[in-house]
Formats: sequence, structure tokens, C-alpha cells
Amino acid sequence: MTPEISALALRGLTKRFDRPAVDTLDLTVHPGEFYALLGPNGAGKTTTLRMVAGLLKPDAGAVAIFGIDALRDPVAAKQVMAWVSDEPMIYDKLTPLEYLEFVAGLWGIEPKVSHPRALALLASLGLAPHQNERCEGFSKGMRQKVALAGALVHDPRLIILDEPLTGLDAVSARHVKGLLTERVRAGCTVIMTTHILEVAERMADRIGVIVAGRLIAEGTLTELRQQNGHTDVSLEELFIALVDVEAAAA
Amino acid sequence: MSRTAALSWFARHEFRLAWREWLAMMTGGRRGRKRIAIIGLTAFAALMHLPAWAVIGRYASLHEPLDKTSMIVVTSTIFLAWALMLSQAIESVTRVFYARADLDLIMSSPARLANVFSIRIAAIALTVTTMALLLSTPFVDVLVLGGGLRWFAAFGVVIAVGLSAAALAVAITLALFRLIGPARTRLIAQILAAVIGAGFVIALQVAAILSYGTLSRFAVLTSDGAAAYAPDANSVIWWPARAALGDGQALLFLLAASLALLGTVMAVFSPRFADTAINASAYAASTRRSRGATSFRHGSRQQALRRKEFILLGRDPWLISQTLMQLLYLVPPALFLWRSFSDSSAAIVLITPVVVMAAGQLAGGLSWLTISGEDAADLVATAPLSPSDVTRAKIEVVLVVIGAIFSPIVLALIYLAPLQALVTTIALVVAAASATAIQLWFRVQARRSQFRRRQTSSRLATFAEAFSSIGWAATAALVLTIPLAGLMSGLMTAALMAVTWKLSPSRE
Repeated sequence: MTPEISALALRGLTKRFDRPAVDTLDLTVHPGEFYALLGPNGAGKTTTLRMVAGLLKPDAGAVAIFGIDALRDPVAAKQVMAWVSDEPMIYDKLTPLEYLEFVAGLWGIEPKVSHPRALALLASLGLAPHQNERCEGFSKGMRQKVALAGALVHDPRLIILDEPLTGLDAVSARHVKGLLTERVRAGCTVIMTTHILEVAERMADRIGVIVAGRLIAEGTLTELRQQNGHTDVSLEELFIALVDVEAAAA
Repeated sequence: MSRTAALSWFARHEFRLAWREWLAMMTGGRRGRKRIAIIGLTAFAALMHLPAWAVIGRYASLHEPLDKTSMIVVTSTIFLAWALMLSQAIESVTRVFYARADLDLIMSSPARLANVFSIRIAAIALTVTTMALLLSTPFVDVLVLGGGLRWFAAFGVVIAVGLSAAALAVAITLALFRLIGPARTRLIAQILAAVIGAGFVIALQVAAILSYGTLSRFAVLTSDGAAAYAPDANSVIWWPARAALGDGQALLFLLAASLALLGTVMAVFSPRFADTAINASAYAASTRRSRGATSFRHGSRQQALRRKEFILLGRDPWLISQTLMQLLYLVPPALFLWRSFSDSSAAIVLITPVVVMAAGQLAGGLSWLTISGEDAADLVATAPLSPSDVTRAKIEVVLVVIGAIFSPIVLALIYLAPLQALVTTIALVVAAASATAIQLWFRVQARRSQFRRRQTSSRLATFAEAFSSIGWAATAALVLTIPLAGLMSGLMTAALMAVTWKLSPSRE
């Protein structure tokens, strides 16, 4: 039996700015898993994910995406991955459809595949009536949905989302969550940071808690409760307890 | 707070914002650079006295009564300054309408909007006038040093010119809003500003080419024909020139007229300012549709990048106005070229430096937009392309646009003067490549909308870009006329590029 290749494997990942932002981090995410990475502000979540996405060079350590060494062969690693940040970076002067055509072109997706997929994505995100309007007049929620459609149009095996629900209204947030759940069901791996703990509690298969660049707890919600001797607490209470213990230890 | 106190408070707020914006432009937004900026500006102002002396020094001894030719030259110079200020003021007024930073706050406050916007109009007028005073100081200094204290009156003329230009800019921009609506005003106002700024000089050059077969605009101004058609010495037209020469009565009239014009514009247009701002902000939130694609296009990843850049460049109002400006500057040399088809003149050489410099300048702006002005930097960085592939695709876009704009002139030159065409082509490519390289060496990721601030991120890059364009333009002209001097000029410009590269952050 061949061992399962991890969707993401981080080994000894380290990044320092004026202080250690990510400190010899080891993390494994399995294929088809919805993984929520939690932590207080400045814990190193975004830095970790930016290193995975190839937006930041680590000082030390290794990043493997579906067995591909992302530091040695970043182009191959990027081919199977998508990145969505909290600040949707789209082009004001392009329409959603033009944006998706551009993204599909960047990932080298055949037009006969990408065009119907783009139309379906825009429809499922409620953007079909706006697909030929320039993005300059769009609200934050609409922009975030266009960015998410861009991340999905090339059908990535791993989707990394940094606070994708920030600033979204309830309807938009539901659209996004529905789409992500659908993707995970279809076998895609999702790694997401969020400060909305109810979302992590309801959607994530496993949760990792990072404080001061180190992973201090990891597992399913039940495992996390057991590890910390609480059986009937919410993720919010558990998270605060974990962070408080770490702060006291520091 | 009384109404007067509230207004003076708002005036202070406006001037503080204007001051900080100007300071941020001078210091590149970095703290601790204030002293360096002041020293740099002082040195620059001192240095500007040399070219000012070369350009205007010979006019310091002018006295009233002036002959008609001198009157025409002085009046035209003042009119040129006025046109440039009007161009700058139109740009400022348009920016106020579309930058919504504080309009919501102001309009939701209980302040009387007509008063508040009167102050905003006055602030624009004062900013334009202050900039004009700063820029004209070396020239007036030279005149005072060479011709006596009476030339201090020229500062008064600059103030009158600044106030009237600002007043007219407000009237023109608001009229544009009424006539063509907010959707088109932004672009048209930018184009208008560019045309007004360059139009007068270009019109003089075109007249000089058609009448005298030379690119020198002074040929028209100093011609017998101009003197014959000019009004007589008592005409009001000469009052700005007489005021600059120290005629107190003319100066008082000018100042009073410009203040009256500004006051009228404030009284008439302030109440409409708020409506216009609301319309502009409504436009910002409105939707603009593009033709829907029936299918996505085939092509490589680099082609996808190039296609995106071409679409964005085509939808960029700044680029359209700047390209139009470059094309306007190319009208005189193109006309000169056309005349040279029937008249083989050695003066045709003058076309080369104009074309090379325009190419360098346009390439600098285009390179910033494509290389640094990437609105979705994370998306491009996480795409499965190597950074060198991305950069190459973007540079190709710059060179294709430059090629499309300048190839008609080069093709005409090939027919007329093949050797000059070859030199022009080489210099044009080198100038465009140099400007692009400087943008690459000093790249700072930014949004395209931050284009106005591109020159504040690195003064060194700004000067290097300007001097490399000038250097390659001079080199090309000299290669065609004095080859040895051309070689020297080329070596100096290459050395400038080498020093720029050595000092650039990309080497760190």
C-alpha cells in the first residue's frame, strides 16, 4: 500500500521579521480535508499561508504541496493551488468574466473547459447579472466573490483562504461557505484562517491553533476538547482557554 | 462656534491637508525626510537660477515703452504660464470631485455647503498660485538682479495669473459636468488639461513650421507679420506685460480683475459644487458594462497576461490623456517631416531628439503601469509562471505600444533619410528600454490608481528616467550632426544608467 501524499506538509517552517513570526512550524493537512487555522492577531497565520502560496520566502524549512517541493519547483506547486486573501485583489477595469478569462489563461486552462466553468461559478455566486459590468462599482462582498470565483475557475486541488469572510454580508458569506463545502465534498482540500470561530466549528474537519508562530493545538473539535480536559465547551471558549494558557506560560 | 470662526477653522483644515499632501509628495511619504527635502528643494531652486539666467537674463534690461516684438514675446510668455497653470488647476479641480475621501463627511455635516466649497475653491486657487510663485521665483530673481527692483512686480502678475487660472478651471470643470455628465468629465478634463498645457507651444511651433519652415516658436513671435497684426501699444492686451515691467496701475488692474473673477466663480459655482460632487460619487458607484465574451480566447499564459495588460491600458484615462499629449508633441515634428518631403532641409535632424525623448517619457509611464501598478499582485505571484516570464510579458506590452505609436514617424523617416531613421530607431529603442529598466530596478508594488504618486517613491528613479530620455535624445541628435560629441553623450548617458543601477534597491 502506497503511503498517502499530504495535501500540505510543512516541516520546520521558519520566518523572522524583527521577531520570529513563524517558529519551526510542522503542519500536515490531508487531501480532501477542510482545515481551519486559528490564532490571535499577529500569531503568524497569514505569514504561514503566504509562505505556502509562494508570496513570501521562508528563512528555513520545507513546504510540500501534494508531494511537490514548493520551494524548489514553485511553478508546479502553484499549478495545483489557489490563494484568496482578505483584501480581494481584482482589476477595477475588468468585468468578472474578463477577470476569470485572465485567471484561466494564467493557469493554462483550455477555453472550452474554463468558459462554461466560469459562467457556472458566477451563477452559483449570484454574479451572473453582473458578469459584464466592470468591477469598479462593486461592493466588498461582490469583489470577494469575484476573487473566489477566480480561485476556483482553474479547479485547484488545494485552496488557501486568508479571512475570506471578512466584510461579507450574511447572504454573501453563505454563498462562499456553500461553495467551499461543495468543493471539499468533491475532494478538494481547503485551508482557511478565520476569526469567526462558529464557521471553523461548523465547517472544519480539523482545527489548528497557532500562537507566536508555533502550533499549540491541533485536531478535530472533539480531540481538542479531550486534549484540554473540557468536554462540553464551544470552540470559542476552548480557543480563549488555549490562548490564555499560552500567554500565561510566556 | 460662530460662522466666521467655523469657516476659518475649515480653511485651516484645507491648508493643512494641502500642505501635508505636498510634503508627502516631496518626501515620498517617509518620515524624517523633511530636512533632506528642504535642503534638496533649496539646492534645486538655487540651481534653477542658472537655466533661468540663460533663458530670461537677456530680457532683464527691458524698459517701457517696449517695441511691439518685445511686447509680443513677454505677453506670450505670460500667456504660456497661464495656460500651464490652467492645465494644472483643471487637474486639481477634477481630483477634488472624484476623490471622495472627505466629501461624505463634509456633506453630512450641518455646515453650509456653499461656504465650505467656497473655501475649497479658494484653497485650490491658493495652491495653484503658490506653486506658480515657487516655480517662477528663480526667473523673477534673475530679472530683479539684472534689471532692478521694478521686476518684483512680476510676482504680482504671477499671483493674478494663478488666481484667474484657478477660477477659470473651476468654471470649465463644472461646465463640463453640466454638458457631458460625470461619466465623461474625468477623461475629457484630463485630455483638456493636457491639450491646454501643451497646446499653445505646439500651436506656435505649427505656425512657425508652416510659415518659416523652422521648429522655433520664436520665429512666429518675432516675425514682422505678428507685429503687423498686433494691437496698438495702448491695448489692454499688453497690460500683463506692462504690469510685469513695473507699471503699478496695470498691476493693480490685473490683481483686481483676477480677484473679481475668482470671487464671481466662488459665488456662482460654490452652491453647485456639492451637486457636482454628489454626481461624481454616484458615477463612481455606477456600473459600466463591457461587451460580453461569447467564449474565452486560446493562448499561452504569457498571452493571457499581455491581453490583460492591453485591456487595462486601453481603459486607463491617464494613459489616454498622456498618449494624446505625446502625440500632440509629435504633431510639430510630423508636420516638419511632411514639409520636408518637398523641401530637403537639414533641419529635419531636429525630429530625432523630439521623438526619442517622447518615447522615453511614455515608456517610463507605461512601464510603471504594467510593472509596478499591478492591482492583483498576489494573483499574478501565485500563478504558475516564473517571475521572469511575468516581467517579460509586461515589457513586451510596453514595447509593442511604443512601437505602435512611433512607427509611423520612423517609417516616414526611412523614406526621407534612411540613416537618420536607423539612428532614431536605435535611440528610440534604447530610450524606451532604459526607462523600462529604471522602472524595473526601482519597482515598488502599488495600485494603478496611485500613478500620481509614482514619482514620490524614488526621486533618484524620477531624475534618472528624465535624464536618460534627455541623454539618449541628445546622443541621437549629436550622432547625426557631430558624431564624436554623440559618442561622448552616449557614454555619459550609459554611465548615468550604470550609476542608477548601482544605486537601485534591486541590487541589494
